[in-house]
Amino acid sequence: MKNDNYLGLDFQDIKAPFEVDRREFIKLLGGGLFILFTVGDTLGYVQQEQRRRGELPTDFNAFLRIDEMGKVTCFTGKIEMGQGIITSLAQMLADELDVTLDSVQMIMGDTDLCPWDMGTFGSMSTRFFGPPLRAAAAEARNVLLELASEKLKIPVDKLTVEKGVVYQKLNRKNKISYAELTKGKKIERHIKDKPKIKDPSEFKIINKSITRVDAIEKVTGKAKFTGDMQLPDMLYAKVLRPPAHGSKLIDVDLSEVKKMSDVVVVHDGDLVAVLHKYPDIAEKALEKIKAKFSFSDSTLNNESIYDHFLEVAAPGRTVTQQGDIKNGEQKSKVIINETYYDSYVAHSPIEPHTAVVKIDGNKVTVWASTQNPFTAKEEVARALSIASENVRVITPYVGGGFGGKTTNLQIIDAARLAKITGKPVMVAYTRKEEFYYDSFHPAAIVKIKSGLNDNNEISFWDYNVYFAGERGAAHFYNIPNTNTKSFGVNRNSTVASHPFATGPWRAPGNNTNTFARECQIDILAAKAGLDPYEFRMKHLTDKKMIEVLEVAGNKFVWKKFQKNPSGKGYGIACGTDAGTYVAMIVEVDVDTKSGNVKVNRVVCAQNMGLVINPEGATIQMEGCIMMGLGYALTEEVKFRNGEILNKNYDTYEIPKFSWLPKIESVILDKKNEQPQGGGEPAIITVGAAIGNAIYNKLGIRLNRLPMTPERILQMIAKK
Amino acid sequence: MPELIKFKLNGKAVKVNVDSERMLLWVLRTDFGLTGTKYGCGEGFCGACTVLINNIAERSCSIAIKNVKGKEVLTIEGLMKKGKLHPIQKTFAEKDALQCGYCTPGMIMNAYGLLKKKPNPTYEEIVKEMDDNFCRCSAHKRIVEAIQTASKEVGGMK
Repeated sequence: MKNDNYLGLDFQDIKAPFEVDRREFIKLLGGGLFILFTVGDTLGYVQQEQRRRGELPTDFNAFLRIDEMGKVTCFTGKIEMGQGIITSLAQMLADELDVTLDSVQMIMGDTDLCPWDMGTFGSMSTRFFGPPLRAAAAEARNVLLELASEKLKIPVDKLTVEKGVVYQKLNRKNKISYAELTKGKKIERHIKDKPKIKDPSEFKIINKSITRVDAIEKVTGKAKFTGDMQLPDMLYAKVLRPPAHGSKLIDVDLSEVKKMSDVVVVHDGDLVAVLHKYPDIAEKALEKIKAKFSFSDSTLNNESIYDHFLEVAAPGRTVTQQGDIKNGEQKSKVIINETYYDSYVAHSPIEPHTAVVKIDGNKVTVWASTQNPFTAKEEVARALSIASENVRVITPYVGGGFGGKTTNLQIIDAARLAKITGKPVMVAYTRKEEFYYDSFHPAAIVKIKSGLNDNNEISFWDYNVYFAGERGAAHFYNIPNTNTKSFGVNRNSTVASHPFATGPWRAPGNNTNTFARECQIDILAAKAGLDPYEFRMKHLTDKKMIEVLEVAGNKFVWKKFQKNPSGKGYGIACGTDAGTYVAMIVEVDVDTKSGNVKVNRVVCAQNMGLVINPEGATIQMEGCIMMGLGYALTEEVKFRNGEILNKNYDTYEIPKFSWLPKIESVILDKKNEQPQGGGEPAIITVGAAIGNAIYNKLGIRLNRLPMTPERILQMIAKK
Repeated sequence: MPELIKFKLNGKAVKVNVDSERMLLWVLRTDFGLTGTKYGCGEGFCGACTVLINNIAERSCSIAIKNVKGKEVLTIEGLMKKGKLHPIQKTFAEKDALQCGYCTPGMIMNAYGLLKKKPNPTYEEIVKEMDDNFCRCSAHKRIVEAIQTASKEVGGMK
């Protein structure tokens, strides 16, 4: 291997904290075999970012190392927030390399040690990171086999590997370990051609259920989250927050708080904060500040927001278009024109946003609960007006993200306060701050006009979604005349669309879109006098969707409805997300006195291609289903004039043990297909499946999420 | 006013000189460095801060340190005996009864309190007792299974 192949590896971004370039950095790591590889992604984000920044190498953005002890380390900018990739990525590596799982270490989300990564979201880690990681591991195995072949003087095809030791197939006395092979060596390899990866029939660790590698730390309380960092001289900061979005600080009286001993008071422009070595004393100190804020100029609330949306939306963008809507409408005997509404929903991870920042000279070190440490690094550099190479972001375990930890405001607060006070500073949101600063799942509207022809087939589908986005907006049914349009934020308008931040929330947009589409399909089925399962099958041509629906139907033991509503409380919904196909059937009970919905049973079938850790993937499905009950039944952010009215869990109800339905998850065996997303898909169908089941139970239709007891009682009263 | 407060923490006699109105959660985390007990909501809704006080599961975010004077406090760090996981810890790990792991110490301590009270709880009793411990990753199904298994494994907990 010629050394000049690697000259391009040097890049400025990795200098700190060693003040050395990438090659020097690799030297510092000691000997061993390094495999450098590129993680492509179908969206092209990585490449786009690399071009934009100009300073990053385009020849690799992840690497793994087999060291002189035979230990394998994978360096990735991805982070672990409960989704389990610390285990599933290690499984892929271990299997391709033929080493034991416990000899693999994952270094994740450290911006000094790991190559640039755009962030951990969108169910992309396994889909996009998995295949190149496996290829890199396979290449490493090839290199090690070649080295063994030279050393043992036995041709490669006569060798085999088990648990990190290369053996002669016919004489196992002739053997040499990976550790011995890499000892005293410094080998760098680039992946250019695709090395052969294992056939599913050869899997020993991939596609097997493995106990999470982080489980022991997490059940013993040893797992370190950002808030568990305790640095010498560290101060806990509490920041003065406005009462409402859009209100500004007019006047502040710090005289009382300044009398408190050991409390550091900071007033720097818009930033007012108190700091103490105890977080709870800082909290008490904050209460002593007297502040006057202006009223917010926002006059919106969670009811008026929908009219506002229709006024301010940008001109629609066509997502898909086929046939002629008008023609379809003319040929329809029944036309269904419905509007669906979704609410703002909070991410509400149990770990609130937290950050610790320490500044030594010109070197800034950040520990943060973030889904995108490399973005945070840039944000800190900008906030402190320093070069980003001076900033290192380390990501400890993240206590849940769901898309919400892609905003990093708490890190900026901590960075500014660390700079001003000269001490390490922790900013950890209270639950109230967590609700206030969350980038909510956006409220949204979906208008659907559709019809049936004389053969009870869907004749046209005119779909307009406002503010949810396009994910999941396009349908997969066989409808000759289709128009799908998406309306969103008008970048040219001076009027804000939302009164506060919104952002991606587990399967962004798809919960809204799937709710609207699958409810509408159910209404059409009822109008056609057909069973909702039968009606869907009649309109499906996509073999994958047909298969998951069949599997779900068989598992549930779906019996054809003679009439709908049947009083049984059964509901179906189908959807696709992140390349994965989902079909869900639920059974609900509704207490007609209280309006409470109890979901008794959820059957979910999913085709997600190759599954790396079947148990881990099943857990993700169960998590999606249970979390989905929240957006379906109770979760709604209430607000008025810029103020977030939900301050804690007493006014924002998330799913609890007593809601737990019987969950039956089926993952189709698709070993030979590409892996698809697993962290989000099963959540998208929960709302519609429940909505359709409520209809089947009582004959009432709820077109607004969440389907709260009050809304159910209203619909019962209207009936 | 600072006050010398003595109590038993994870089996050992300890004392701490702090403002007696401070909440147990923060004293555990900052004065004792026991960061396994987590802040989740600060008002006793979510259960992330659950510890045992005289064998009863309590919310440490809402109990002032003065109220544990002379009592026995058990945190997640005190559950392992002689380097061995407690059966509840073991079944939580084996049954994958966690994802991000942030609520896990509170879940385990609350389950511990339940099994102290009712060594062989029914499904309904588990759900009722665990209902105010929140898990946003939604590992509820596995958590119930882990508690059921732990209860069987030790034939009820002594």
